[in-house]
Amino acid sequence: MNFDWSNLGDFMPAFWDGVLVTLQALLGGSLLAFSLGLVWALAQRSSLKVVSWPVKAVAEFIRNTPLLVQLFFLFYVLPEWGLTLSALATGILGLGLHYSTYTAEVYRAGIDGVPAGQWEAATALSLPRSRTWIAVILPQALRRVVPALGNYVIAMLKDSPMLMTIGVLEMLGEARQFGSQTFQMNESIVAVGIAFIVIAYPASLLLRALERRLVR
Amino acid sequence: MSADTPLMKEPDANPEGATPTGSTTDRAELIRFTDVTKRFGGTTILDRLCFSVDAGKHVTLIGPSGSGKTTILRLLMTLTKPDEGTITVGGQQLYPASEKQCREVRKNIGMVFQQFNLFPNMKVLRNLTEAPVNVLGLSKDEAEQRARELLDLVGLADKCDAYPTQLSGGQQQRVAIARALAMRPQVLLLDEVTSALDPELVAGVLDLLRDIARTTDITMLCVTHEMNFARDISDQVLMFDSGQVIESGSPEKIFGDPTHERTREFLGAVL
Repeated sequence: MNFDWSNLGDFMPAFWDGVLVTLQALLGGSLLAFSLGLVWALAQRSSLKVVSWPVKAVAEFIRNTPLLVQLFFLFYVLPEWGLTLSALATGILGLGLHYSTYTAEVYRAGIDGVPAGQWEAATALSLPRSRTWIAVILPQALRRVVPALGNYVIAMLKDSPMLMTIGVLEMLGEARQFGSQTFQMNESIVAVGIAFIVIAYPASLLLRALERRLVR
Repeated sequence: MSADTPLMKEPDANPEGATPTGSTTDRAELIRFTDVTKRFGGTTILDRLCFSVDAGKHVTLIGPSGSGKTTILRLLMTLTKPDEGTITVGGQQLYPASEKQCREVRKNIGMVFQQFNLFPNMKVLRNLTEAPVNVLGLSKDEAEQRARELLDLVGLADKCDAYPTQLSGGQQQRVAIARALAMRPQVLLLDEVTSALDPELVAGVLDLLRDIARTTDITMLCVTHEMNFARDISDQVLMFDSGQVIESGSPEKIFGDPTHERTREFLGAVL
């Protein structure tokens, strides 16, 4: 295999563009997955079947179909329905939506893990339902789920190259484009691989530190 | 201590349909259970239970495990619902009642749990101010002042900024008592509040409760296995067995001269 590291310099401007797009997708996708996931988790607990049942069904559907198919659907079908988004926005929506169905399960487990005594103490103090959620249950549940949510951020990072298929030039997309222009694929691909490790490993260390801080 | 009427035992009274709600409110009666039945699965925990408690009285519920003592406190706190019967507190119906009415009645009742159930995500001070601010509408300053006074009362004035997990079990339970008192309840329910404590921490909590019983006019319903404590603070002792009050009377009578065979057996085993 031939490696000529001298042409890596030519790849660098595109590479940094790719890093930026990957980080944007990761940040946007994570925020969407974290917030939507919580919405799904709460909706699934609703005593109103008309709320909980459809949410459960849709979440199950999304979780059991491939992200790639969902990305194609969002990218090719949504415009037909009059909703045209940029490739990156579509990618963030796809990632966020897909992973929100996983984070919903994480939140569910976290909420179930709050001892019944906490609900009872809140009732005994006559705290309104909304206050019980906001001040008592969610802070305790969220603390428990940070490690699991963090794992999904890293999983999302590793799934972000799929956005290439809808034309988002994230790191791998840039590498592929560079390779097809210069016929030198090896160096740029290796650089992207290293970049994934350089982002993911410190991220997991950060999560572990956060976990230690939150466990009390 | 008043005459022997604050608690009425009516084990076999009331054939079906008869619910004498509101018939005896002129004696400052605060709590009344009428024909209350509670089942869990196939097991009947409370069986057409009737009793009442007058305002300001300290009542201890004793009896073997599973006799329904804790269930009575949980019914009053609306943590569980009866299958049949009515419960009134201060003349207002708790069962059957709308959720709104339940909430109103519940505001007058505080509860201290066996496992403390402090909010671990909040510092001690906020454990005490959370409900007064959000339920009673006190300002933050007012609530904090009240909280500091109560923490002083329970001997933990220096722990305002600690998290519950940084405290010993006894300290946590004293904070939990202060938290319940911060709502200025008319009724305080104490559910085996020393059962989860190390033996050397029990005395501190019981002394605190004796103080509260002596210095306030709060009505107390207390489930306990600490018979000496029951003897000290009670105006009335109720002996439970199989979901019914089988004997009730002053602590002197129940502990000194119980009439029911089951009471004698039980006290013989625990004393």
